[in-house]
Amino acid sequence: MRRIALIFLLLLAVPAFAYDASGALPDPAQEARARELFRELRCMVCQNQSIDDSDAPLAKDLRALVRERVAAGDSEEDIKDFLVDRYGEFVLLKPRLSGGTLILWAGPVAVLLLGVVFALGASRRERQGAREELTAEEQKKLDAILRRDA
Amino acid sequence: MIAEIGHYALVLALVLACIQGVVPFWGARRNDATLMQVADGTAIGQLIFVSLAFAALTNAYVTSDFSVLNVVENSHSAKPLIYKITGVWGNHEGSMLLWALILVIFGAAVALFGRNLPQRLKADVLAVQAWVAIAFLLYLLIASNPFVRVDPAPLEGQDLNPLLQDIGLAVHPPLLYLGYVGFSIAFAFAVAALIEGRIDAAWARWVRPWTLAAWLFLTLGIAMGSYWAYYELGWGGFWFWDPVENASFMPWLAGTALLHSALVMERREALKVWTILLAILTFSLSLLGTFLVRSGVLTSVHAFAVDPQRGLFILVILAVFVGGSLALFGLRAGGLKQGGLFAPVSREGALVLNNILLTTATATVLVGTLYPLALEAATGGKISVGAPYFNATFGPLALALLCAVPFGPLLAWKRGDLYWAAQRLWYAAGAALLAGAVAFYVEQGGPLLAPFAVAIALFVIVGAFAEIVERTQLFRVSPGDTLRRAAGLPRASWGAAFAHCGLGLTLLGVTAATAWSIERIDMMRAGQAMEVAGKSLVLTETGLRNGPNYQDFVARFTLRQSGVAVTEVESSKRVFAVRQMTTTEAGLVTFGFSQLYVSLGELQETDGAVAVRAEWKPLVLLIWIGPVLMAFGGLISLADRRLRVGAPRPARARLQPAE
Repeated sequence: MRRIALIFLLLLAVPAFAYDASGALPDPAQEARARELFRELRCMVCQNQSIDDSDAPLAKDLRALVRERVAAGDSEEDIKDFLVDRYGEFVLLKPRLSGGTLILWAGPVAVLLLGVVFALGASRRERQGAREELTAEEQKKLDAILRRDA
Repeated sequence: MIAEIGHYALVLALVLACIQGVVPFWGARRNDATLMQVADGTAIGQLIFVSLAFAALTNAYVTSDFSVLNVVENSHSAKPLIYKITGVWGNHEGSMLLWALILVIFGAAVALFGRNLPQRLKADVLAVQAWVAIAFLLYLLIASNPFVRVDPAPLEGQDLNPLLQDIGLAVHPPLLYLGYVGFSIAFAFAVAALIEGRIDAAWARWVRPWTLAAWLFLTLGIAMGSYWAYYELGWGGFWFWDPVENASFMPWLAGTALLHSALVMERREALKVWTILLAILTFSLSLLGTFLVRSGVLTSVHAFAVDPQRGLFILVILAVFVGGSLALFGLRAGGLKQGGLFAPVSREGALVLNNILLTTATATVLVGTLYPLALEAATGGKISVGAPYFNATFGPLALALLCAVPFGPLLAWKRGDLYWAAQRLWYAAGAALLAGAVAFYVEQGGPLLAPFAVAIALFVIVGAFAEIVERTQLFRVSPGDTLRRAAGLPRASWGAAFAHCGLGLTLLGVTAATAWSIERIDMMRAGQAMEVAGKSLVLTETGLRNGPNYQDFVARFTLRQSGVAVTEVESSKRVFAVRQMTTTEAGLVTFGFSQLYVSLGELQETDGAVAVRAEWKPLVLLIWIGPVLMAFGGLISLADRRLRVGAPRPARARLQPAE
């Protein structure tokens, strides 16, 4: 009885891995393309898992669907469009550039540019400041030293 | 009774924190040494009382006192002793208690080891530290009391989440919190400097060891968490860009930037304002991480709204400390005098580049983590930001940073010579090209990015030691001379070399294990074999085995290589009856730095076949050896004489009240 209960639990449990080799497409190139896509698609009923990682029934269905489309020769964009139509943008783990995701993609670039501009500006300001700090008398002394060295 | 003592100890700790938050601060304003010295006693008192509370909770867990609600919800009498102890912080209330315990440990450490700190600075630092302690002790007492009783007491507990019943829980959270909370010291120093309106190189010399200590704990904590996920979750991933992971990664990135900018401040008195800001931001990100993980906001924006008390409480703490310190920064930063001019190409310039790239990387992770939440809260629109996004944005930044790493230590302060530095790196570049070419040849048409990343990794690993090679005049003077010079080098130089080398090792491990892993999945019966990466994995037997509070379904394998049995592997699925959950106990076989990862999947009852997944992960161990080396480098740096000598101490004499 306990053994049956255990086996029942094992069957119920979420298995550790998802990628089902049994359903793989015969053409390795196509299968590789399908797998690339698996990794970019979210299993919507899971917590932060791609359909490549998840073994939820939904992920299984989606994998079959993607394979079917890849085999039919659809492009990556076509397949994504199709899935977004059906499930919304939520299905894409890498959001596409749009008005709503502009901050997401432009944010890092903006921070980087700001940092560079700010650092260069600060460096220039400081060096100019240092030059301006010389009084006329100091400048005379400096010139004298430079002349002597020359 | 003991639980009530624990509860009461927390109240006493809160009282002491309130005293410490006011009296020394007031003393520092009035230059009153007696008032300032109060902080030492209260800091140590806080440590004693919070330790007492922690011991009380631990006692409740060890004795399975099911009249305490927290124990009922997270423990079980049949649980092994080690998990009863680690279970203390394997839940919300207990982990917040651990947070508070580590906070007061750091506070007491400043009180005890900061004897030669300028007295006013020390009083201010401990006062700010106490403000943080007040917030978190209040949070514990009001919103997350671990000592709540339940009446009548149930006979049995509900057990700990099986995923957490692992040695990883003993190590990962304490290390992570030592890192998170350790940054509170840098934060307290920054706020103290802003209050005082004064900051100098001595300040940086004080901040750097504390930051370094926090950073090395956080490094180990994150790496440990990653390894834990790798072997416990059962699909062999080591980093998922999960919001919870990002929450710990952001303070690490900012803390790494802080470490480097504090270096510039200490040596050259430049980047003062920026260093202060980074210290504030780093601890703010630690608080943000605590908020994200603890408020429930990550599972869903709505989960946060359902039980808002805790989330709101931490949000208020976050707003007060981040907002308050940034406001103070805005008011006072302008008055801090900057010094130390430098050319763009110089050691300082390289460290500025480091800071720009690390800050951008931090911002990227921050935006990627928070934007989906913000969007959903604002418009209700749901988007996903997952690994592909971070690989596309964080990846290039990290690679660019790594390319620059070997150059930094070779550039002179104030004005460096890039060409000269490049000449010192020709052999590192040679090693990189060679490794890239070999990788390209061996992989034969695999991902093109991989050989490129391998080349960068080798450039970093070999180039990390360029400064040492240069300064010891390796192969240019006699070996004895080189050794003497090596022994005379500052330990910080060795520390930097090891830490940078570790960075390269991690990149190498990540690249190899991601790009060249070989995976086989098959249904297997006893006696059948599976070929993976030139090895043959033979399933010898399957069976059931009882553990203390679980039952294992075990599969044993023999691994054969060219016909010879190399080793036995065992992989199992572990069923925990109380929570009705299953975990995967992967079988790992190590070959050098590579591993074979064997895990079990579904079981077919009809013919006893079991799904087996074997994955060959080349160089995967380097992913975690790298951070260990980084932490080791941090440890060596920490032992540097320059850090131990500290500031001169005229403060005490000056602060004596005038006769």
